[in-house]
Amino acid sequence: MFVLPFAFLIGLGCFDYWFYWAAGKPTRAEDHSSHGATSWKSYFHPNTDHKVIGIQYTVHSFFFLFVGGLMAMLMRAELAQPGRQFVDANTFNGLFSVHASILIFLFIIPVFAGLANFVLPLMIGAPDMAFPRLNALSFWLLPCAGVLMLASFFAPGGSFASGWTAYAPLSTTAPLGQMFFTIAVQFAGASSIATALNFLVTIITMRAPGMSFFRMPLLAWANFSTSLLVVIATPFIAASQFFVLLDYALGFHFFDADKGGDVLMYQHVFWFYSHPAVYIMMLPGFGIVSEVLAVKARKPIFGYRMMAFSLLAIVVLGFTVWAHHMFVSGMQSWIRIPMMVTTAIIAVPTGIKIFSWLATLWRGVIRLDTPMLFALGFLTMFTCGGISGVMLAMIPLDIHVSDTYFIVAHIHYVLFGGSLFTIFAGVYYWFPKMTGRMYDEKLGKLHFWTTFVFFNATFAPMHIIGVNGMPRRVADYADQFATWNLVISLASFCLGLSSLIFAYNMVASWRGGARAVANPWRALTLEWQVSSPPPVFNFDQVPTVVGGPYEYGVPGAVHGIFGPAAPAEAKATPAGTHAQPPTE
Amino acid sequence: MVIVGLIASVLGIALGLVIDWFPAQGSEQAKKIDTFWDVLIICSVPVFVLVTGVVLYSARYFRMRPGEENLDGPPIHGNTRLEVVWTAIPAIMLMALCTYAYLVLHDIEKAPAAGNERQIQVNGQQFTWTFDYNEGGKKFSSAQLYVPEGESVKFNVKTRDVLHDFWVPAWRMKIDAVPGITTNYRVTPIKLGTYPVVCAELCGLGHAFMRQTAHVLPKAQYAAWVKKMSAPAAGGAAAGGAGGAAPAVDAKALFQQGETQTGATACGGCHKLADAGTAGGVGPELDQVLKGKDAAFIKESILNPNAEIAAGFDKGIMPDTYSKLLTGPEVDALVKYLEEVAAK
Repeated sequence: MFVLPFAFLIGLGCFDYWFYWAAGKPTRAEDHSSHGATSWKSYFHPNTDHKVIGIQYTVHSFFFLFVGGLMAMLMRAELAQPGRQFVDANTFNGLFSVHASILIFLFIIPVFAGLANFVLPLMIGAPDMAFPRLNALSFWLLPCAGVLMLASFFAPGGSFASGWTAYAPLSTTAPLGQMFFTIAVQFAGASSIATALNFLVTIITMRAPGMSFFRMPLLAWANFSTSLLVVIATPFIAASQFFVLLDYALGFHFFDADKGGDVLMYQHVFWFYSHPAVYIMMLPGFGIVSEVLAVKARKPIFGYRMMAFSLLAIVVLGFTVWAHHMFVSGMQSWIRIPMMVTTAIIAVPTGIKIFSWLATLWRGVIRLDTPMLFALGFLTMFTCGGISGVMLAMIPLDIHVSDTYFIVAHIHYVLFGGSLFTIFAGVYYWFPKMTGRMYDEKLGKLHFWTTFVFFNATFAPMHIIGVNGMPRRVADYADQFATWNLVISLASFCLGLSSLIFAYNMVASWRGGARAVANPWRALTLEWQVSSPPPVFNFDQVPTVVGGPYEYGVPGAVHGIFGPAAPAEAKATPAGTHAQPPTE
Repeated sequence: MVIVGLIASVLGIALGLVIDWFPAQGSEQAKKIDTFWDVLIICSVPVFVLVTGVVLYSARYFRMRPGEENLDGPPIHGNTRLEVVWTAIPAIMLMALCTYAYLVLHDIEKAPAAGNERQIQVNGQQFTWTFDYNEGGKKFSSAQLYVPEGESVKFNVKTRDVLHDFWVPAWRMKIDAVPGITTNYRVTPIKLGTYPVVCAELCGLGHAFMRQTAHVLPKAQYAAWVKKMSAPAAGGAAAGGAGGAAPAVDAKALFQQGETQTGATACGGCHKLADAGTAGGVGPELDQVLKGKDAAFIKESILNPNAEIAAGFDKGIMPDTYSKLLTGPEVDALVKYLEEVAAK
């Protein structure tokens, strides 16, 4: 399982640079022959252009969104009525485990990396990411992880069925399918660590002249914070899964209580990654929403500096709250109190962001098109998820509702109503830039309203059945929950259908949509100052940043200028060789 | 707008309080947690109404009108006083909630003043619970949970294999059963009746079906039950509050209720059998799979359930410990009973 993906990567040519180097052949550090896409086929080959990689990431992630969504449909079909109808208990446990793993590790985390991959270098005035080849490798690690997770269904004993949390000792004693998860996570994790390093170096060293940290768009800030989280936290999940691998394959006793193992240790290590991971899945969305709201409300972001600082506050606090997932785990009881307090405190910077966005809307000139609708939908739905999050932080209530459908409702309000809504906002917002075409506005709005309505119809009732006593991760349930489950299942099927509107809109508009102008939204940030889609090396002339990114309403304000500042170019490019605009 | 917001908040809170969120309020702990929930609702609804209200108000009144295509909003960059307010107020609110939560937590976990509290050991295993009692030095175990009304009980929770979670929704409390350690919580049941015992931590194939029943009895009835349970075994007493000890094995009762002393769970908890009137839902329906089978097959299936698996079911769900938990006469009686039923 380890060898095959590596063979696949070598076959693609991901490491050929090293082979050249090892063989003493001349390597071509400034080789840009593989930049840019010439036709749709280019997207199926390794490419070092951040724009191609961004689109590869995004499309690849959406493929897995649909796969993961289909699994959700199967689960809802099974849960529509009490008793067993479509799948047996083992398959059901496999379905929800793979559903969560795929949507977390192969959709939400990478799709944000993909959007940022495309947009971020353009936003900060860089010709590419800092390490283009590493960037390509990070992408091609993902299909390895994805194929492994899906292939687990063909393993003897079925796919991994211990949830995406893979709690030991259930995971260490599970059939072979569990190993597909354990190893796939290593590939997905390596991919996100590499991308995060790439973002960090790019943001720190490759900003255009004049782009100080406090002139960066908030999307850059958001990805900067996210990348810090990824680099610090992701090794912990790698570790937790290596423990499982060693226990399973080599008979170590990390989690075997009879032989001196410690079961709770797994949960501590796991959540030390997986709680920050919640913010890894949310902060980039905060960035997207900030971009969309400022442009669509035609106002500067309210409290820009506090917005940036609150991101960093979330990064720091995010590492101090992990054990709130373990209030009923049987850990030392005193740890619960500080964890409850830090968890409550983390709502403060989040609240600052929500209120600042609301103030940004105030007295703006609001364009209610599709990206804006999704951004506003995010504001309200994420507030719901945040409120239920604060409720869950309160230990006495958490004791009752943890591991129930209340949790299922909460995470879907945060990850679907939160993350996915921002992803839709971002995809619609940058669609013209990425493809050079306009999407269909009517279908976009239809997509929003169907998604919004059926999202609530699906997940809001889960709060009720959760508090009422329905545990999560069950293939069957007591008859008293039958009515609500039927309602939820029907709503979820409609929700699934609504995503077809999106798929059709994207495909049809990409093929035959109206040509997009360079700056259809009259935005100030740099990515909109170049053609749609952008030139192969992004900027024909290095931009010089002269003002903030959101100076809407200030007469004559510009964010960056092109051209005349050329003399400043040589000294002001801080990244040395990396950032030199290729001019051959 | 403020008035609309206030009205919406009041309506929202009223709705939140009117909805019957919880299952039966079966313990002292449940009362406090339910009150805590009401406080959370009262704090939460205005926050949601505020955010949604501003979004809707903005969408309505600041929406771009025809002719404003090139207009921008006023360049407001921030307002320090406002920002301090919306940092401080939520922070104060959250700290108040945390303090209240701490007090509630202290209340629901503190030991009863009287001391001498009843302790029951809860054992989780794939996929059933057993309960070990120690009543005045007499030890016995039961497949069903029985507790007296109005007395604090401390549950010491253990597991024989993977993680489980011992949860009685009507009592609101839950805790994981963790290999290697003993966890615990206490409740004071205040309401007579039967309530589901649920496993809330994913424990494998049969997780969804790991449900049993908690019986809350009046003190006198509980004492009678304890007396019956701790009496010397008279050839397989039938479990449950009803029926006395029978000299011969009552196979039907055994099928329906399990063997209480050794903790062998009831067949009918998982298997549907029309004659015994059990609903099943976990394992194969015995009316179908036992048709035309002989006694040897039935006996093998009880003692060594993984030897042959009915189509559509998985190995490893049914415990393979019945050879230890049931006595020879009990097994034979079950086989005889099932064979007769299957032949009908």
